[in-house]
Amino acid sequence: MAYQFQFEALAPYTGQLIEGMAHTLAYAASSIVLGMAIGVVGALVLIYGSKPLRGATRVYVEFFRNTPALVQLFLIYFGLPNLGLRLDAPVAGVISLALYCGAYMVEVFRSGLLSVPNGLSEAGAALGLRRRQVLVHVLFVPALRNVFPSLASQMVLTLIGTSLISQIGVEDIFHAGSFIDSRTFRSFEVYLVICAMYFVAVQALRIVLGFVQRRLFPKEF
Amino acid sequence: MSLVRIESVEKHFGDNHVLRGVSTEVAKGDIVALVGRSGSGKSTLLRCVNGLETIGSGRIVVDGVDVHAPSTDLALLRQRVGMVFQSFNLFPHLSASANVTLAPVLTKKITRDEAPALARQMLERVGLGQKLDAMPSQLSGGQQQRVAIARALAMSPQLMLFDEATSALDPELVGEVLRVMEDLAREGMTMMVVTHEMAFARRVASEVLFMNQGRIWERGTPERMFGAPQTPEFQQFVQSVV
Amino acid sequence: MRSLSIADLWLILGAIRWTVALALTALVIGSVIALGIAVARTSRHAWLRVVARIYVELVQGTPLLGVLFLLYFGVPMLMGIQIDAFTAATIAFSLSAGAFLGEIWRGSVESVSKGQWEAAACVGLRRWHVMRHVVWPQAARVALAPTVSYLVQLIKNTSLAALVGLVELTRSGQIVAGSTLAHLPVFCGVALCYFAICYPLARLALSLEGRMHVARAH
Repeated sequence: MAYQFQFEALAPYTGQLIEGMAHTLAYAASSIVLGMAIGVVGALVLIYGSKPLRGATRVYVEFFRNTPALVQLFLIYFGLPNLGLRLDAPVAGVISLALYCGAYMVEVFRSGLLSVPNGLSEAGAALGLRRRQVLVHVLFVPALRNVFPSLASQMVLTLIGTSLISQIGVEDIFHAGSFIDSRTFRSFEVYLVICAMYFVAVQALRIVLGFVQRRLFPKEF
Repeated sequence: MSLVRIESVEKHFGDNHVLRGVSTEVAKGDIVALVGRSGSGKSTLLRCVNGLETIGSGRIVVDGVDVHAPSTDLALLRQRVGMVFQSFNLFPHLSASANVTLAPVLTKKITRDEAPALARQMLERVGLGQKLDAMPSQLSGGQQQRVAIARALAMSPQLMLFDEATSALDPELVGEVLRVMEDLAREGMTMMVVTHEMAFARRVASEVLFMNQGRIWERGTPERMFGAPQTPEFQQFVQSVV
Repeated sequence: MRSLSIADLWLILGAIRWTVALALTALVIGSVIALGIAVARTSRHAWLRVVARIYVELVQGTPLLGVLFLLYFGVPMLMGIQIDAFTAATIAFSLSAGAFLGEIWRGSVESVSKGQWEAAACVGLRRWHVMRHVVWPQAARVALAPTVSYLVQLIKNTSLAALVGLVELTRSGQIVAGSTLAHLPVFCGVALCYFAICYPLARLALSLEGRMHVARAH
């Protein structure tokens, strides 16, 4: 049973594959950064905010965690124009992914902040620091250290989740892949290569994050 | 003029009536030792003095400021009142000197450039001049608590609150912390100390308050209190800790 | 272009049965794989552990969409055999479930404290009996909440089947929205359908987790 793999057919399109992956990585990075920002703000609201703000944040988190990312993508790209808001595909893709990632990040950062022992914030307050100062200078780093593993895994999940944006026409690696597929008809090889490239990207991200973790939180901490 | 005036303070934790009308005054330079069994309300009272706990009724005035008035800027008040906790609560991600200088720099008492000098001065004062760059995890319990004292002192407080500062320490490390506290007292710092160390209270305090069931049950100078305990409860207490 | 009608609502609601069918099938097949993975990962034999580890790393490090397209577009091209959308989706989701559930269950087995192992071994039980009567029952209790949590993820994953043409919930929404141009209300409706299924499950997982902690505190 010898199947004829023809990876050589993909060779002329290597440049496009790499470019597609670069786009994917860029979109992933944007979504992750935006998602983290949303997560921090949401976590602060859930811990310190007023009741209506907390309620709104809860609704946001539960909606985006209990509906598929694909449907959210369609809602933002196809649905918003019904309200007159027409976004470019890349923008819609990043925003949608960021909102999805953000909903999980809210929980990550919230549990991080709550995991810091009370004594530390009391000590900060007893020294006369204002709440914002306690948050930034006393709580943030220990909280980050506690949730770094969850943070890292959420970043990996978002990177992998970026694969969806090709479905609204964004020119990422899947988009490049389907183009190459239509030219070479080597679908198996194309998608195998795409999966492999994602795999490499994920491992690279993990290594970088591991490095960051060791630098930021050395053993003596 | 008293530095601290506690007037008829009442406090509940749910159903638990933990402070039942406590009144006392602390003058500048006084060393007040608060002793009693766990649950007697002594730690709670201390934490009410710098507003870490709220009160139900009554008044606490520190250096002319009503601690629990809605208009009071607690952060500002706490810059003049230092607190040392039972569990040290050092900031784990900062070195000893960074722990000491964080608040002075952020509250603009000193500039960034002046910070190293202040850190050295404060840490040498508690005998840890060699440990400027050590991280809390690299220090023993006694050393951590001394850094915590240096951290509180760095704000030049007028009043120092010690909440069972030695209770979480291994016995052989208690001495080094008590010595620092004693030096502080001799230098004239006004201190309110919740403690189980009776020998320390006897030697250093200017007044001993025995708390029981949320009230100041008995009070007096150490000589009178330990020499001639009046109430049976205090007698029992003294016997049980000796 | 036409306007939304009741027939559209029935189409969308009807499509839910495919979402459920996909999820349940993937859950069953995935569970079998997961059991194998969990056992392999905790086995004494190094090669078993390595193979299982490689499988998990591969699945967790690649996009589900990629695997799906590999099966649906790639395999027919390569091998000349036809795979229908439901089969391709089921295989892809099962492989994914096998890896993720396998990791969850492995974690549960490992979370059973060493003391239990040692106590059982000291009583003279053989390894197999220790596993079956002491470790796995406790592991199963720990695993329940995260497994229900994963079920939510699985149901959301089934939406990808729309991209290979299977008319489950998401695809039915695409079809209706396509002909009525009422994308916003349609996809909101679709989202609400998913929410109605996933949210109760998520709450269930949360309450299971809470009860677990209470039990452990004793």
